[in-house]
Amino acid sequence: MNIIVVGCGKVGTTILESLVAEGHNVTAVDLRPSALADITNIHDVITVCGNGADSDTLEEAGVEQAGLVVAATGSDEVNMLCGFLARKMGAADTVARIRKPEYNDRSLQTMKQYLDLSMAINPDRLAAQEMYRILRLPAAVKIETFSRQNIEMIELKLKDDSPLAGVPLFDLRNRYKAKFLICVVQRGEQVFIPDGSFVLQGGDKIGLTARHAEIQKLLRGMGVASKQARKVMILGGSRVAYYLAKRLLNAGIEVKIVDKDRTVCETLCELLPAATVLCGDGTQQELLLEEGLERMDAFVALTGMDEQNILLSFFAASHKVPKVLTKVNRRELSALARQLGLDCVLSPRNTVADVLVQHARALENSMGSNVETLYSLMDEGAEALEFNAKDDPRLVRIPFKALQLKPQVLVAGIMRGRETIIPTGDDVILPGDKVVVITASHRLQDLADIIK
Amino acid sequence: MNYRMIGNMVGRLLLLEAGLLLLPALVSLIYREASLWALLAAAGVALLLGGALTALVRVRDKTIYAKEGFVIVSLSWILLSAVGALPFVLSGEMPSYVDALFETVSGFTTTGASVATDLYAFSHGVLFWRSFTHWIGGMGVLVLMMALIPTGTGRTIHVMRAEVPGPIVGKLVPRLRDTAKILYLIYLALTVVEIIALLCAGMPLFDSFIYTFGTAGTGGFGMHPDSVGSYGPAVQWIITVFMLLFGVNFNIYYLLLIRSFRPAFTSRELWLYLGVVLVSAGVITANVLPLYAGIDEALRQAVFQVSSIVTTTGFATTDFNLWPGLSKGILLLLMFMGGCAGSTAGGLKMSRVMLLGKTVVRELKRLVHPRSVGVVRLEGKRVEEETVHSTAAYFILYMALLAVAFLVLSAEPFSLETNLTAAITCLNNVGPGLGDVGPMGGFAAYSVLSKVVLTLTMLLGRLEIYPLVLALLPGTWTKE
Repeated sequence: MNIIVVGCGKVGTTILESLVAEGHNVTAVDLRPSALADITNIHDVITVCGNGADSDTLEEAGVEQAGLVVAATGSDEVNMLCGFLARKMGAADTVARIRKPEYNDRSLQTMKQYLDLSMAINPDRLAAQEMYRILRLPAAVKIETFSRQNIEMIELKLKDDSPLAGVPLFDLRNRYKAKFLICVVQRGEQVFIPDGSFVLQGGDKIGLTARHAEIQKLLRGMGVASKQARKVMILGGSRVAYYLAKRLLNAGIEVKIVDKDRTVCETLCELLPAATVLCGDGTQQELLLEEGLERMDAFVALTGMDEQNILLSFFAASHKVPKVLTKVNRRELSALARQLGLDCVLSPRNTVADVLVQHARALENSMGSNVETLYSLMDEGAEALEFNAKDDPRLVRIPFKALQLKPQVLVAGIMRGRETIIPTGDDVILPGDKVVVITASHRLQDLADIIK
Repeated sequence: MNYRMIGNMVGRLLLLEAGLLLLPALVSLIYREASLWALLAAAGVALLLGGALTALVRVRDKTIYAKEGFVIVSLSWILLSAVGALPFVLSGEMPSYVDALFETVSGFTTTGASVATDLYAFSHGVLFWRSFTHWIGGMGVLVLMMALIPTGTGRTIHVMRAEVPGPIVGKLVPRLRDTAKILYLIYLALTVVEIIALLCAGMPLFDSFIYTFGTAGTGGFGMHPDSVGSYGPAVQWIITVFMLLFGVNFNIYYLLLIRSFRPAFTSRELWLYLGVVLVSAGVITANVLPLYAGIDEALRQAVFQVSSIVTTTGFATTDFNLWPGLSKGILLLLMFMGGCAGSTAGGLKMSRVMLLGKTVVRELKRLVHPRSVGVVRLEGKRVEEETVHSTAAYFILYMALLAVAFLVLSAEPFSLETNLTAAITCLNNVGPGLGDVGPMGGFAAYSVLSKVVLTLTMLLGRLEIYPLVLALLPGTWTKE
């Protein structure tokens, strides 16, 4: 598909990179020639220098043949105008990044409708959403939801003394009497799709699917603490902090926000009357301790500086805060932070890129590909794909134990009507099911590709 | 420095060359010539070397930077020529390896300068290979490789930038591989049309191939000592038109294909190119009118020679050595200009000449108004200051190189005119010069040293100096 990405900042570049890897023909548009020069050196794209809200620039970028236009400049207004113009000039679909809180209320619907945008993405809100999900279930490092949030995959990091370690997977199900599936395991750099004889080790990061209702019970049984956070401290009064705090407060969780800018604090105070907003330098450890860092259930580092976030996360972890979330924007640093031992490192850019790749998939799906949606897992070491099952005699109505699946492929969940099935060897795929497949090495185009 | 990736790319290129050598081998087979074995042996050497490189060198990391791009291009062209020279030597039709290398490099760089003393002594297969090198080198052999074989990295733009001539190298479509495919399809289509046109004009099939390859790559190898002189006016006009067509920026053909006519016809470079051809041809026609029977013949000779020189093809229909000084002077200057950027022509390129001219105007203006701010524009778009500087630097390097080559040649017992134009014609990949290296002469009389220097000059001219110079710098090769 021909895709135009307008705005090549951090977010734009991440989006563009994921889209090129997906095999799309990408045209990058930006005002700064130097940014474009860097991009052509690394990514296989064509560039157009100009203002994305200018019809001449859009025309030069080939907007008439574009299947999707992504407006991701730093300015919401330019993005809106760009999306609007692109749609009027013949682009099949438009997505705009809109992140100012004042646009992200009821007016968003109106705007989307009149501007003919198929999606407005707000990286800050998406990141806040992800963080919120984790804080609700603090044992998880990350939570992925598939199939319109009906199937959840929880990523956990096993401690060295975990009761799961050292036991083959086929014994685990009998032991816990619950339907769950360990779909993917990351050990060091390597990613495995485990089979029944796989033995887990301490330090592994695992992805686990289970029925929503059974997750809490299961985690308790496994001896993984899963008490929901009650008191959360947020460092940095960014937009992500605002969205996160708002959600947490709505759920009745106590929130403390620390920022050093007085006006930022005052605005937050005005918008979130229930939160405790503190004006002070969050890098001063004394201040954090005075405000009861040690009594917190969770600490979220959301300042604009990656380095600061990483360091203060270590400080919080050293004071035995049970859950520490770190926002890191630069990819190199997030890998480094994970290596150093921070397990919950989130990057708003990657979240946005994932959402867009899924959107592009969905668009192409309407053009004939069978993949419904795609999610990348475990630092892109594995991917989850969602298919609509067709009436294929090689596949449907055959119990899984009789199917010859390819190695490194696993069916993680099936949605049948409103029912979620975590498959065992006796389950079957029926036509019309939505099937979530996890794979580490294959490029699957069709559900039938999972069998040998 | 990613040595493994370099080895892999060069290896793949040699495999491609092995495949390409099969085409002249087929010609040899048809004519039942002994040169078949020489061509197959050369293909075997390429296969062996390329196979060894690709099989033994495991690529762990596909990341390449500009530096690797330069080295890949330089090494590829050197090895390509080294292997490409083998058929000449093995068939015994050109026993000296230095001569064979000169001939091959002259072919791949689309120069068309020859050290062959008797063209009729070549077998059909070797003659076909000699001209086929023009076709391969014209559009760029690595571009061909990219079109045929997926490389699996988004960074091959560095290779394309190093191989494709012109001050600014852009893509036509987002994917580099698709860009390479489009360029080659246009190239192939034009080539086929020319072959058919020449056949229709009554040229034999084999001759049509030879002269089309020479035109398409803007090379200039023919099969007769008088180049195109012995063919009729119809053939000469067809070749004139196609020489001019291959000197046009291929982006313009793409724009026409996607029906984007306005940007295609408002290209300043295109108009400058056509203007230069028209004015030069007009002046020369008037100048040489007394030498020919009528205005139609004078016009045909003038237009042919001008097209041949400005596109750096180097075909000739007459010995322009015998023309008056004014005409020779114009032709000499045209050698420097070359065709449009993004075409198969050599020389400085029209867009670079425009860029240099505009820079000079800006600097002059700055002398008068010291505070004036100037931005250089090309095709209605601002040119980055970096590009302006690198173009100026390129011009200096280019002139310096010309001086060095000329100095080495000056040791030879030929006239100043011969030596100077020999250096100019090789650096600009034209082919014929003036004096003893004129259209009816050749480079056979030069010493081994001069031939080696001219071979290097041709390569430097084709790759636009930087890649080869950077590949020779020791700093490029240090591990980090």
